[in-house]
Amino acid sequence: MSVGGHFGYWVAVLLMIAGLYIVIARGNLVKKLIGLSIFQTSVYLLYIAPGKLIGGTAPIITPAFKTYSNPLPHVLILTAIVVGVATLALGLALVVRIREAYGSIEEDEIVAADRAGGDGG
Amino acid sequence: MIFAHLPALEVVVPLVAAPLTVLVRRSSVAWAVATAACTFSFIAALLLTAEVAAHGPISYHIGSWAPPWGIEYRVDTLSAFVLVLVSGMAAVVAPYAWRSVAAELPRDQVYLFYTMFCLSVAGLLGMTITGDAFNLFVFMEISSLSSYVLIALGRDRRAQYASYQCLVLGTIGATFYVIGLGMLYLATGTLNIADLAQRLQHVENLRPVLAGLAFITVGISLKLALYPLHLWLPNAYTYAPSAVTAFLAATGTKVSVYVLLRFYFSVFGFRLVAETLPMPEILLVLSILAIVSASLVALFQTDLKRLFAYSSVAQIGYITLGMSMASRDGLTAAVVHLFNHGITKGALFLLLGGVALRSGRAGLDRVRGLGRSMPLTSVGILIAGLSLIGVPGTAGFVSKWYLALAAIEAGRWWLAALVVATSLIAVAYVWRFVEAAYLSEPDARTPAPGESPLAMLVPAWALVAATVYFGFDTSYTVAAARAAAALLLGGAP
Repeated sequence: MSVGGHFGYWVAVLLMIAGLYIVIARGNLVKKLIGLSIFQTSVYLLYIAPGKLIGGTAPIITPAFKTYSNPLPHVLILTAIVVGVATLALGLALVVRIREAYGSIEEDEIVAADRAGGDGG
Repeated sequence: MIFAHLPALEVVVPLVAAPLTVLVRRSSVAWAVATAACTFSFIAALLLTAEVAAHGPISYHIGSWAPPWGIEYRVDTLSAFVLVLVSGMAAVVAPYAWRSVAAELPRDQVYLFYTMFCLSVAGLLGMTITGDAFNLFVFMEISSLSSYVLIALGRDRRAQYASYQCLVLGTIGATFYVIGLGMLYLATGTLNIADLAQRLQHVENLRPVLAGLAFITVGISLKLALYPLHLWLPNAYTYAPSAVTAFLAATGTKVSVYVLLRFYFSVFGFRLVAETLPMPEILLVLSILAIVSASLVALFQTDLKRLFAYSSVAQIGYITLGMSMASRDGLTAAVVHLFNHGITKGALFLLLGGVALRSGRAGLDRVRGLGRSMPLTSVGILIAGLSLIGVPGTAGFVSKWYLALAAIEAGRWWLAALVVATSLIAVAYVWRFVEAAYLSEPDARTPAPGESPLAMLVPAWALVAATVYFGFDTSYTVAAARAAAALLLGGAP
């Protein structure tokens, strides 16, 4: 297999690492969520890319076509996308609430506010 | 006729109850709907257990699509046992929530609590019952997303940050699981757990399978708070509403343990897990670290909810310790402890909810002289504490007994000694409560004499009674765990 044959995997792994790095390295809660989304998106690619065959069509059996793409990964990832959207929405809603309670969305400021022992909220 | 569909109804009833609670809006009606749904699931789980005991494993095909193409719900001894724990805890916590949630949440949000509670129950039950690995991911996310909301409902603003941390780490865990599953799917072309197990035996290129195993292990370990991936747990348990803490502590991590057991023993087969990667050794070391370090950290906490949250991390260590030995006794200990620790921690957190209700917060400084002001609550906490230690006559003893037995059988005397020695740390942290509640004079911060409301005391004491009952009569728990252990080991090629 050539490097080109693994192109989909390379992109997926790159996105995976980039996303995870953002989650760990960034202190801004919204940026963390963006990283999380990129991380999840890499998985979509990991599933879908191998399902596609070049020249393949939808799996409807007719004599005109011989190669078919696998539709199952698409269905799975459709579900995973919904899950990803729900997670992002919930995460952002939480960030809004955190901003109302702490007046900040920077991790270090929130941790410092908790250390100071302000009960607030 | 309806009996044939019990496996589906087990999950569908709480799932449908969730939108119903939104439609009715009235908190009392929402409570009634949620309680009825949870009670139904509990009864259904008991019926399924009886059915499995009489006729063997049940395979239910959703929409009559035959597996491995359709989604299969599979109930065997192990999943029936976990179903009983989860639905039983839900059926106990739902009545408790009536007073507890009304006191801790704004009035107009109460019905939404029940929506999320029903979703969380449905997700956990679905994770347990499904025989399809991708369906498991979907249910995992249903239960996780709803539990993040439940945690964020806590009154303290720190609850929201704790929930955010849970969301980030939980999502990373779930995504790791999907990555691992994707590799297994690429290697085998199937998602059905039984089918996966069969096809994995014929896979020649093991590398993607092992990568999948590694991803799934890390992902699920994040979910079950295996040391050192437990960082989300203490804050979440401390700041969540009392009913939520009790329910999640008793069921959330336990279902993840179940999933890990399934993958290690039913899907990969322990031969593959043990021979190609040093998984048992890694689990053993992490378990010991969890038990020792989390117990020591628990010693120095001043908030009782946080103290027992760290104790949860340690107790999960005992479960994975049993798993790492992979012998019949070891697995029996793991499965029994999963159940026993569930009811013990459930009882503890429910009772602490009563303390928090009467004195604002479950701090050690608030329980001085509690033995006199709230006698029933403090006796209950004491009994559940004894079960955490593993005193004979409580459920905790049974699991520790089998754990020590498994260690001795494996020729690891030092491990048996370690199990006993770490129980002494548990004595120390439970003693801190005893000292405050029974040997200290009440002060201004102690609640005035008077018990928590009956609606909270009765469910909590039902669990305390169960803790004692399962310490004496082990015919259900140990027999089920033994059968489950045999099933898991028999599944290994």
